[in-house]
Amino acid sequence: MDFNFIREYVPYFIAAAVLTIRIASIGISISILFGLLCSIIRYFRIPILHRLIDIYIELSRNTPLLIQLFFLYFGLPKLGIVLSSETCAITGLVFLGGSYMAEAFRSGLEAIGNSQIEAGLSLGLTKSQVIRFIVLPQAISISIPAFSANVIFLIKETSVFSAVALIDLMNVAKDLIGLYYKTDETLFMLVSSYLIILLPLSIAFTLIERRLRHAGYGN
Amino acid sequence: MEELSEMKTPGETLVEIKNLNKKFDDTSVLKDISLDIHQGEVVVLLGPSGCGKSTLLRCINGLEKIQGGEIILEGEKLNEQTKRMHLIRQKIGMVFQSYDLFPHMTVLENIILGPRKAEKRAKKEVVKEAEELLQRVGLLDKKNAYPRQLSGGQKQRVAIVRALCMHPKIMLFDEVTAALDPEMVREVLDVMLKLAKDGMTMVIVTHEMQFAKAVADRIIFLDNGIIVEESDPQTFFTNPSTDRAKQFLNLFEFDAI
Repeated sequence: MDFNFIREYVPYFIAAAVLTIRIASIGISISILFGLLCSIIRYFRIPILHRLIDIYIELSRNTPLLIQLFFLYFGLPKLGIVLSSETCAITGLVFLGGSYMAEAFRSGLEAIGNSQIEAGLSLGLTKSQVIRFIVLPQAISISIPAFSANVIFLIKETSVFSAVALIDLMNVAKDLIGLYYKTDETLFMLVSSYLIILLPLSIAFTLIERRLRHAGYGN
Repeated sequence: MEELSEMKTPGETLVEIKNLNKKFDDTSVLKDISLDIHQGEVVVLLGPSGCGKSTLLRCINGLEKIQGGEIILEGEKLNEQTKRMHLIRQKIGMVFQSYDLFPHMTVLENIILGPRKAEKRAKKEVVKEAEELLQRVGLLDKKNAYPRQLSGGQKQRVAIVRALCMHPKIMLFDEVTAALDPEMVREVLDVMLKLAKDGMTMVIVTHEMQFAKAVADRIIFLDNGIIVEESDPQTFFTNPSTDRAKQFLNLFEFDAI
């Protein structure tokens, strides 16, 4: 193992990790909001829109992110829409993540019985107050495990961003291997980078889940 | 806030139900029901399973779409479409068989949610009232507990307090003891008896015949979606006039072997 090489090229990985984290956080945050919106539209069966969302979810969940990115990066310019690498990456992540988040929230929403809604309505709350104070808080905490699995999954999916010419971790690693044939050192740095990003997150989610289970609902 | 007993002017009509028809798809569940409920009155709905008594109760709270007739509360017509439905519901307290406390909130939070969010009342005042009501049902020490830490009977008493804190004009009880162990039934029924004594207008669906006899001012016996018999509890339980009611009451009698 050539530690001088590692020392020399660590800054490249740090820069790439910062980019990966930035794009992942923007993309995942939008995915969460978009997914929540989709799941609410489906839950309340809002006409037409919920059909469109059904189609979107099937399309998004049954095509690989790489293909979605190719479509955005190489396909759209043919239609006159040119997106930057970053915009493509974020759009792709939201397109994929939105459907996974929607499914996670859906499982939470469906766990809330109709009787909870009726109990809220019979107190004289409006429908939107019932959603805000009774349905969503319970649904979100039920979907936390699925939700956190999705966050980790989406961060790992960012490793295909090199396909749209983004200088992410994977791209740096491929370049270094191609230039210097230092495969061991490069892969070591690549794996370490992902672990440094994902392990703390994973532990944090486990703790949150444990706390939620501790405060467990159920009757 | 005035005491409810002071507001009581017996005989005044609070709820008017006129020719109510309710269908689930093609099945008629309530057929042409007409019924007046007066201020301060305790009406008990009895009848075999599927006779429509719970549905009637849910109609009074606008939880069911009705296909015909009308329900009028204090001169205002109930209508699922109206934007004012949530305001009308604030005058109607309802307690369900399955308690339906909100599991993510403490007992106190459950109780103050309605007054705080629906009525926008000041927190301090609502908390004070909630604590007084909890004291009355013997659960003040549980105010910071979560529903899962309570027994069924305790949950149901909290559910009653939650409804009462909205100062309803009328309370609806839908088989509130049906899911309880026998020894917990009593504590809930005692709370309801106290309420009745204080002059609360109540409509109760129950299978507890002894309780019905004790609490009711009027018994309505429903079968197959129609009112078969309507009388005071004394008459109903000792001398029912219809065969259908006699048959029903016989179900609760046991002959020695």
